[in-house]
Amino acid sequence: MTHPLLDDHGIEVMIGNLLRAGVMIAATVVACGAVIYLSHYAFAPANFRVFRGEAAALRTLPAIVKGAMHLHGKSIIQFGLLLLIATPIARVMFAVVGFAIERDYLYVALTLIVLGVLLYSLLGSGVA
Amino acid sequence: MTILAFTVFIALGSFVAGFLGALTGLGGGVVIVPLLALVFGVDIRYAIGASLVSVIATSSGAAAAYVREGYSNIRIGMFLEIATTVGAIVGAIIATHITTNAIGIVFGLVLLYSAFLSGRPQPDVPVDATPDRMASALRLNGFYPVGTQMRAYTVHRVPLGFSLMFGAGTLSGLLGIGSGAIKVIAMDQAMRIPFKVSTTTSNFMIGVTAAASAGIYLSRGYVDPGIAMPVMLGVLAGSMLGARVLVKARTKWLRVVFSAVIVMLAFEMLYNGFSGKL
Repeated sequence: MTHPLLDDHGIEVMIGNLLRAGVMIAATVVACGAVIYLSHYAFAPANFRVFRGEAAALRTLPAIVKGAMHLHGKSIIQFGLLLLIATPIARVMFAVVGFAIERDYLYVALTLIVLGVLLYSLLGSGVA
Repeated sequence: MTILAFTVFIALGSFVAGFLGALTGLGGGVVIVPLLALVFGVDIRYAIGASLVSVIATSSGAAAAYVREGYSNIRIGMFLEIATTVGAIVGAIIATHITTNAIGIVFGLVLLYSAFLSGRPQPDVPVDATPDRMASALRLNGFYPVGTQMRAYTVHRVPLGFSLMFGAGTLSGLLGIGSGAIKVIAMDQAMRIPFKVSTTTSNFMIGVTAAASAGIYLSRGYVDPGIAMPVMLGVLAGSMLGARVLVKARTKWLRVVFSAVIVMLAFEMLYNGFSGKL
């Protein structure tokens, strides 16, 4: 009999390291955006007491990418946050591949359901 | 206050929250929202958006460390994530339909419950060898390391655990927290999964659950880069440092102090919610 946990283990360690790399890349992007953001707004008054909702430019992937290309600090931060949101989604995608390699089709199906819910949320909300 | 000062203060506060959250195992997310809303006067919707993002950072950042220990069970996690992700979407939808004061009251109750749970001893549920048909069919049973050996465990009451996970997901999406404490209860108390397996599997589920509602928050304009940036960087740095010193630190009194802080924040949150100040 094969050992279910040990079979998964090698793949899991690799995925764990990839996830941490993803978080580090996202944090670096956010930090770069922070430098540009603060260089423009450091001495402006802070007002987050009143909820206004973000501008459309900071709410969807195409608009955020466009702003980041123009080196807008806020857009770069937002892009980094989107990268961060993508790390667990990438994790679920890797799991689909891992289960397929193990020929565990029940879990390929269950994992695809989770992936479907995540993508439905992202696409349905209009971010991507 | 200037933006620079605001950013530095929030980053420091988030660093401390992430550090204590990792040391005590209570997670930093649960104190981020009250910290932002009550101490810094940030609108609770921005606070929830920022907290949700920081929850993903700590979960994904710690995944490698947990996996290496060999406790987490990816099948249990993936199966239960069907419930938590759907719950998270439901929670995020509820969040737009209720007032910020109502969110504050629910938050206060969840804070009180988290403090209560952390004060309770965590007995390792005795390993029960009776197989459960549903758990066997879903191949949820597994092994975990005890000393140098691998010990088998069986999973029970799958429908109950699945339902509780839906609730955990809903609270996560509604309040922008990881709901780690409730996830652990569902696994360790309801499904009789060993405590170590429950906590590590919960950590891996938290990020995926939060990702299900983060997109909704972002598209609604609840994620402000000026707030989410210092929160995410602060919590991430704090939790990474916390995980490093965890081995050496004596966490018992820290848990007591942190729980006391949570209770204080809970009452403050309830008071503000009931008096309509949020």
